[in-house]
Amino acid sequence: MISVKNLEKSFHDNLVLKGISTEIEQGEKVVIVGPSGSGKSTFLRCLNLLEMPTGGEIWFEGANITDKKNDINRLRQKMGMVFQHFNLFSHLTILQNITLAPVKLKLQTAEEAKKNAMRLLERIGLADKAEAYPPQLSGGQKQRIAIVRALAMNPDVMLFDEPTSALDPEMVGEVLLVMKELAAEGMTMVVVTHEMGFAREVATRVMFMDDGRIVEEAPPQEFFSNPKNPRLQDFLSKVL
Amino acid sequence: MQPVLLNAFSDFGETLYENLIAEDRYKMILGGLGNTLLMAIGATLIGVAIGLVIAIVKYFASDNKKLWILDKLCDVYITVIRGTPIVVQLLIMYTAIFAAASNGLPVAILAFGINSGAYVAEIIRGGIFAVDKGQTEAGRSLGLNKLQTMRHIVLPQAFKNFLPALGNEFIALLKETSVAGYIAVRDLTKAADLIRGRTFNSTSLFTVALIYLLLVMVMTKGLKILERRLSKNDKR
Repeated sequence: MISVKNLEKSFHDNLVLKGISTEIEQGEKVVIVGPSGSGKSTFLRCLNLLEMPTGGEIWFEGANITDKKNDINRLRQKMGMVFQHFNLFSHLTILQNITLAPVKLKLQTAEEAKKNAMRLLERIGLADKAEAYPPQLSGGQKQRIAIVRALAMNPDVMLFDEPTSALDPEMVGEVLLVMKELAAEGMTMVVVTHEMGFAREVATRVMFMDDGRIVEEAPPQEFFSNPKNPRLQDFLSKVL
Repeated sequence: MQPVLLNAFSDFGETLYENLIAEDRYKMILGGLGNTLLMAIGATLIGVAIGLVIAIVKYFASDNKKLWILDKLCDVYITVIRGTPIVVQLLIMYTAIFAAASNGLPVAILAFGINSGAYVAEIIRGGIFAVDKGQTEAGRSLGLNKLQTMRHIVLPQAFKNFLPALGNEFIALLKETSVAGYIAVRDLTKAADLIRGRTFNSTSLFTVALIYLLLVMVMTKGLKILERRLSKNDKR
């Protein structure tokens, strides 16, 4: 589904991604872990071109998205993204947050979009917040709505950029729960996170990044119980 | 004591009559008010249109090097307009660029509009750049293109940021139109000055000062109400 070939990204003279190659198959849940500054968020943001790669190729559903001829706006419709700081549109109601993109992009009529949004809100138990504005919600509620907003586009893959890092500890659980449900439904997911419990429980593959490279990747069982690379061993000894 | 006070009152009444009523002078002032409002509103519309276009061009140019020529042109415009006095701009427009114009009013509207555009551009640009970058990223990640993201997500939020500054700009603009007399536009100020020239008395000037003040107070109040309305959904 996503194929990354020797991806490089540099900011000015600073090479952040030093040649990353990997395949992400339909239905996979890839969890990316690693120390801060290892390039894991940059890697994720390259997948939907929020960061423009400076080298290599990314293929998504048969199209080379790094090729300027391909319309990235169309491809992004199929790649949902959830951010660390939620980024809900604070001037719009929750309902409008969810329906804005599908309606403006003419993928759904206003009525369809509203019905779809209410169904999604129902699912996460926040239907009563449809007419509220983002500043009136808790962090956990905001993030669950951000997930639903991305889902309203019916994406083929969901990218999560440290979705629980900005949350109060007691709100992490409710967000992870929504993500677990999503995973159980078969959504393809790429998740950058520090939640090792989530990685262990949900991931089909855990990826360890350090210094702009994928140092090790394995199914969670093997990844956590039998890490091979000394840097991963060191990392796990600190976080577990 | 009493007769003196009475005299003063009747003198005052006479002065008012002489300066505002006699020879239909209030009509001159009302005509001036009309021209002043016409210039302020017309120039505001032109100024916002220019300012918005420039702010958006500069925003797009900030990460698209192909637009550098447009970006530079905007910079030149802003520098020249903000670096020269409005009266000089007005006179150049009237005597050089539109030397054939018989009526100064449209020239004044255009000159004030072009002048205001430079200030409004900076105000709007500041408002746009103050919107959190995450808002743009969220819009783009949903598949909206740059212009759609600007229109539906960034600008509505920027509007709240720049509204107070924009309001001040309009108030400044209203008062700035008082120099239109330089190119023979009979605005409030010019009308009052013409009356003063006939009556040798400054009452008409105090009168238009009061009119300007009332206009500014009404605008200030209106902006306050608008601001309060816009900030409603920020409250928890």
